[in-house]
Amino acid sequence: MSDFEKKILDYKNKLNNTKDLEEVESIKTEIFGKSGFVNSEFKKIGSLSVDEKKNIASNINKAKQELLEIFKAKSLDALDKDLNEKIKKEKIDVTLPEHEFKIGKVHPVSQVIDEISCIFSEIGFSVEEGPDVENDYNNFTALNTPENHPAKDMHDTFYLDENMKTLLRTHTSPVQVRTMLKGKPPFKIIAPGRTYRSDSDQTHTPMFHQLEGLHIDKDINMGHLKGCLNYFIKEFFEVKKIKMRFRPSHFPFTEPSAEVDIGYRVEKNKIIIGDGDQWLEILGCGMVHPNVLKNCKVDPKKYQGFAFGIGIDRLAMLKYGIKDLRSFFECDYRWLNHYGFDPLDVPTNYRGLSK
Amino acid sequence: MKFTKDWLDDHLKTKKTESQIVEKLNNIGLEVEKVEPIKNELSDFIVAKIIKAKKHPNADRLKLCDVDIGKKDTVKVVCGAPNAKDNLLTIYAPPGSTIPKNGMKLEVSKIRGETSYGMLCSESELKISNESEGIIDLNYKFQSKIGKPYFQKKNNSNVIELSITPNRPDCLGVRGIARDLSASSFGSLRGTRKSKIKKEIKHNIRVKIEKSKNQACSIFGSCIIKNITNTESPGWLKNRILALGLRPISAVVDITNYVMFDLNRPLHAYDIDKIKNRIIIRNSKKDESLAALDNKKYILSENMCVISDDEGPLGLGGIIGGKRSGTGLNTKNILLESAYFDPEITRKTSKKLDLNSDAKFRFERGIDPHSVKEGLEVAADLVINICGGKVSNFDIQQIKKHETSEIKFDPSIVSKTVGIKIKTNDVIKILTDLGFNLKKKGKHFNVKIPSWRPDIFGEIDLVEEVIRIMGFDNIKSIEPDKKRTKPTLNFYQKHFHLAQRSVASKGYFETITWSFTDEIVNNKFRENIESIKIVNPISSELNVLRNSLYPNLIYYLEKNLNRGFGDQSLFEIGPSFTGKKPGQQITVICGIKKQYLNSEDSLKRTDLIDVFHIKKDLIQTLLELGIDKDETKIVDKTPSYYHPGISGTILSKEGNYTLGCFGALHPKIITNTYGFEIFLENLVNYKSKNKKIKQSLIFSDYQKSDRDFAFLVNKSTKAQDLIDVIKNIDQSLIKNIKIFDVYEGENIPSDKKSIALKVTIQSDFKTLNEKDLNEISQKIILTVEKQVSAKLRS
Repeated sequence: MSDFEKKILDYKNKLNNTKDLEEVESIKTEIFGKSGFVNSEFKKIGSLSVDEKKNIASNINKAKQELLEIFKAKSLDALDKDLNEKIKKEKIDVTLPEHEFKIGKVHPVSQVIDEISCIFSEIGFSVEEGPDVENDYNNFTALNTPENHPAKDMHDTFYLDENMKTLLRTHTSPVQVRTMLKGKPPFKIIAPGRTYRSDSDQTHTPMFHQLEGLHIDKDINMGHLKGCLNYFIKEFFEVKKIKMRFRPSHFPFTEPSAEVDIGYRVEKNKIIIGDGDQWLEILGCGMVHPNVLKNCKVDPKKYQGFAFGIGIDRLAMLKYGIKDLRSFFECDYRWLNHYGFDPLDVPTNYRGLSK
Repeated sequence: MKFTKDWLDDHLKTKKTESQIVEKLNNIGLEVEKVEPIKNELSDFIVAKIIKAKKHPNADRLKLCDVDIGKKDTVKVVCGAPNAKDNLLTIYAPPGSTIPKNGMKLEVSKIRGETSYGMLCSESELKISNESEGIIDLNYKFQSKIGKPYFQKKNNSNVIELSITPNRPDCLGVRGIARDLSASSFGSLRGTRKSKIKKEIKHNIRVKIEKSKNQACSIFGSCIIKNITNTESPGWLKNRILALGLRPISAVVDITNYVMFDLNRPLHAYDIDKIKNRIIIRNSKKDESLAALDNKKYILSENMCVISDDEGPLGLGGIIGGKRSGTGLNTKNILLESAYFDPEITRKTSKKLDLNSDAKFRFERGIDPHSVKEGLEVAADLVINICGGKVSNFDIQQIKKHETSEIKFDPSIVSKTVGIKIKTNDVIKILTDLGFNLKKKGKHFNVKIPSWRPDIFGEIDLVEEVIRIMGFDNIKSIEPDKKRTKPTLNFYQKHFHLAQRSVASKGYFETITWSFTDEIVNNKFRENIESIKIVNPISSELNVLRNSLYPNLIYYLEKNLNRGFGDQSLFEIGPSFTGKKPGQQITVICGIKKQYLNSEDSLKRTDLIDVFHIKKDLIQTLLELGIDKDETKIVDKTPSYYHPGISGTILSKEGNYTLGCFGALHPKIITNTYGFEIFLENLVNYKSKNKKIKQSLIFSDYQKSDRDFAFLVNKSTKAQDLIDVIKNIDQSLIKNIKIFDVYEGENIPSDKKSIALKVTIQSDFKTLNEKDLNEISQKIILTVEKQVSAKLRS
């Protein structure tokens, strides 16, 4: 065995016996470094003949190749070992709190407005809006509520001027007036929005939300009104059947007028909508008064139809079991978090209204 | 409006039970508010037991008793009876009750320094017997009845309370209710009582209605009844008065009240002996005053309708009588008034004086002008029956005729409105039963409206009468058409909904706050908008319409801070007002973010917020709403409620649409809080004028190169200016510019800063070589140095 072969064997043994990555690296420098074994062997052959050179160089290269293979395997092993040790040490208590993902919430009133829009969209209603500040004419006069009439007492109005000509709308009904005045029949709209009455106690807030509905065409009658509301209530509460009662009532802007009650029962302190022997008043409606149509430049001899008004906050309270109306506007972080909706939870017709 | 079944029976012959009637009333639009046991005058008095009777500390003859009245706690009652002792079962009268013997109303009072809650009663005080020695001593059997009324209810009838809509004054009388029920086949209406009274004396008080402008009184009927003995009302009348929730006063007063609720015919009784000379119905003069029966003095303004004599006002027409001519138990001679007052003027007067009464409630809704005589007849009849006396002839002054109006009515309109076929005969029957008079005229009917129905004006009102009596249950529901001809949401509304959810998805909780706010706080946010005051605010803290969403958001943010919630992100989307006219409002999405640093937090926070967090939220929301960053520009001019140095405004590139603002809120308003606003109408208007079509995707596969530059610029130079300049050098080659460092401080002149940026250069047509890259780099350096007076740092 030549010195060369012996040296090679030595290195091989040395390598095979080591497990330490650092040692492997130092042996690697010893062999392949600038003044390492391989280079010095190559230097030695400078003075030899071409044939000898060729022969020895080929031997060196062969040995170099072999050693490199071992190195590769060795360093992989060593790396693996290091990694294993590192992994062993990397023990994290994964029950520690995760990094907070901050997703916000959509207010239940907004969610319910979206649900309502979704339902009415299906039966061809489109959404209209009107300003919060209204004039006396749109809020009362055009809606057949005469000056100095006790019917006006039912609305505790906020006024913006001493002459009581500009006010905060007391209902969403002025949107009916605006819609009819700016367009031509047929009309088939809903109008959700903020409404205001100077009233504040357990069950009243000075601002609340209403939904107005209006459907005017050549032959829309009370049967359509009943069908429309029945459909809406069923869809909204996501029940198959609903018990409904129409009671005659009075609103200046509709004739005949009705209040609508839905049946419910209480089970384990929870209101179950749909059946039961108790009644809950939820909305007012009626056939649009011919005077209103006239005031809105619609010919009552040719057109007729219905209108309704629903308290949105109340619907939200019923559907989502919220007890206190005032809490809607108190912005309590806990409340918003609890009753608010995931913004990705968009009510749709194909997916359904609620999760 | 309250009544009892037996009262109803006076007017309606029916076999229906109370509960059937209640259901029917609901179905025909007379909403039953509640049905509750009649309140007896004596139901206040309850069985009680003296637990402990101690000597009164300040009076020898009085005792201080702990009394068990069946409630959780005993009550303290001071008692003078010698027989008051421990464990005595007796009868207790609570504060508020009236002692039958002397009509005294009990109040919580102090007797010799000790508070007494109510009274323990003797038999004579309760009019059980004449025994007045000591308090009642009940036998042991009453032990189980402590807390229960001592007197058994005489009948078990209920009071039915209706909530009558303002259009139905006729149902503010029992007769009107009976009429509606009879029309709904719930019995037959009894005929009106025939007057049998003899008019034996002469009406000798001159009555005149002054014919002035705005005279509210058009009819004034009266009669005189002399030599009466005003007394307590008989039991039946007392019970009716009690059923109404009123206290019986005297026969004369009770009778006028009774007729008002029975026939919806308000009346008033005057003591003639206190009237000076004559009665004149006139408009009031300024600063006249009236001491009214409610024990208040009213200063009148001009043109209120007063009933007056030569001395001055005796009462306010249709509203309230005056004390001066009021009747009492010793009144001998009375004048009964039955009149008609105009609804509007009556309402105006009562509003001005803030004065409500049962009479006013009726007159402002409209009383049957033809009921003047009937009212006098019924009341006079009752007075002479109960109090005796002699009645005069009726004096009816009238200055205006009240004609019954007629409507031309086509019965087919009923079916057309309600959607089901209704026979003309049914229509005729219902309307006739309700008192309408129908005459056929060809295809139409001429319908005479009964004088007690001021709410009926046109055909559609008759439709309502028919369908409410027939019952809404008969209307068949028609399934809605599932057809959509118009989009549900318009362009603006789509953005509203998207914006709402977009902001919510960035960690903000949506709130809904009042559209009004506190003027003092609002002033910090209203900029140059004039304050929009509410004339009648609900409280002084909510007295103006908001000119910004910030005041309320900040208010609630701070409330939550007090509740212990440090980190908060809140937002609202809603109106902000720019003027007091309808439509002077904009929709703003306003977000607010507060970080609360707790020194106890041992884990070092890595999520400290700064202006760039709020900017990120805003930019990302705009992006989701379809506005790319390169369509916008940011300037540092913001409203004064932002920190002047740490805030910005986002405009459309051309600067003509203000899309939003962001920044730290002014530290004088709130510290360490960031906020943003998006002006939705501006955004939508910008978008609708700048509709984009998504371009097809083109990208270059040639190699791209990054070149880093650091420029020394003036401190006031904005990063955006640098980017804009570079971008415009060669848009086909410069694909991206990213600022990665801004440095001020050591090695740099104090008025300068260094901005380092990375420019990505790529050609769509070839691989750029070193020469190309150097060329463009040189161009960048030269242009920047020239246009923003910058200097390349070596």
